[in-house]
Amino acid sequence: MSIAAILLLSAGTFFFATGVIGFLRFPDFYSRMHATGKGDTLGAVLMLAGLALYNLDGGFSLGNLLVSMKLLFIGVFWFLANPTATHAILRAAFDSGLMPWTKDGKPVIEWPPKSQEDT
Amino acid sequence: MAFVVSFIILFVFWMFLSGRFDYFHLSLGIISCAIVAHASHDLLFKDIRAKNRHIEVIRFIKYLPWLFYQIVLANIHVAYLVLHPRTLKLIDPHIIRFKTGLRKDLSLVTFGNSITLTPGTITVLIKEGHYYVHAIDRFVAEGLPGDMEKMVGHIYMED
Repeated sequence: MSIAAILLLSAGTFFFATGVIGFLRFPDFYSRMHATGKGDTLGAVLMLAGLALYNLDGGFSLGNLLVSMKLLFIGVFWFLANPTATHAILRAAFDSGLMPWTKDGKPVIEWPPKSQEDT
Repeated sequence: MAFVVSFIILFVFWMFLSGRFDYFHLSLGIISCAIVAHASHDLLFKDIRAKNRHIEVIRFIKYLPWLFYQIVLANIHVAYLVLHPRTLKLIDPHIIRFKTGLRKDLSLVTFGNSITLTPGTITVLIKEGHYYVHAIDRFVAEGLPGDMEKMVGHIYMED
């Protein structure tokens, strides 16, 4: 059981690390969110699962089970909230008129998009 | 009806979080769950009388393993891009736009979150029935909207 916990924890740390390295290496805000928005989700869920398993190492008493359930609940809420938060940050970047970085410096579609009605 | 369902959900959640099963803590839980359920029952279940809600829940649970598999793929993809020595040559980010056939709010949210979690794409904006998606390279951009829109539409019975 503790071996599985160690594997999950190291996989989570690896994905967190790639998220941070990607944050430093990618060229602009939008592509940086690719690294952090995805790496954090899987990293945190894997680490919480690893912690829940490690906590069960001391036996299946009611207290231990409750603590593991709470850890899994944190994982579920994280799983729902993180993509939404990523979207909210990107929406804020869009609203402030940030242009995405492209190779030739031109946007592929009209950006920011004009709407049919004023919003 | 909505009051009873939200009271039960809140009370089960209370017992998980408190972990004490004596009369004092359980009665505290009953009182506070009743107040919260009374205040917010029309918030949690706006359209509880909609038919076939349980089918949507079952289909959503069936959808989750596939989504988790996609998340693992997305992370491996990002890790490959990040650890590649020539990242800037490999990526070609741009924004694409496509029209969606989904109408319900919940399916729009699910589809947006699923796009964010699948490889190489994140949702930037949903506006007037169009999704604006930031794609990290051209290959993933051509794959959209793909089967996922149909799957999400199938969950919320829009097909």
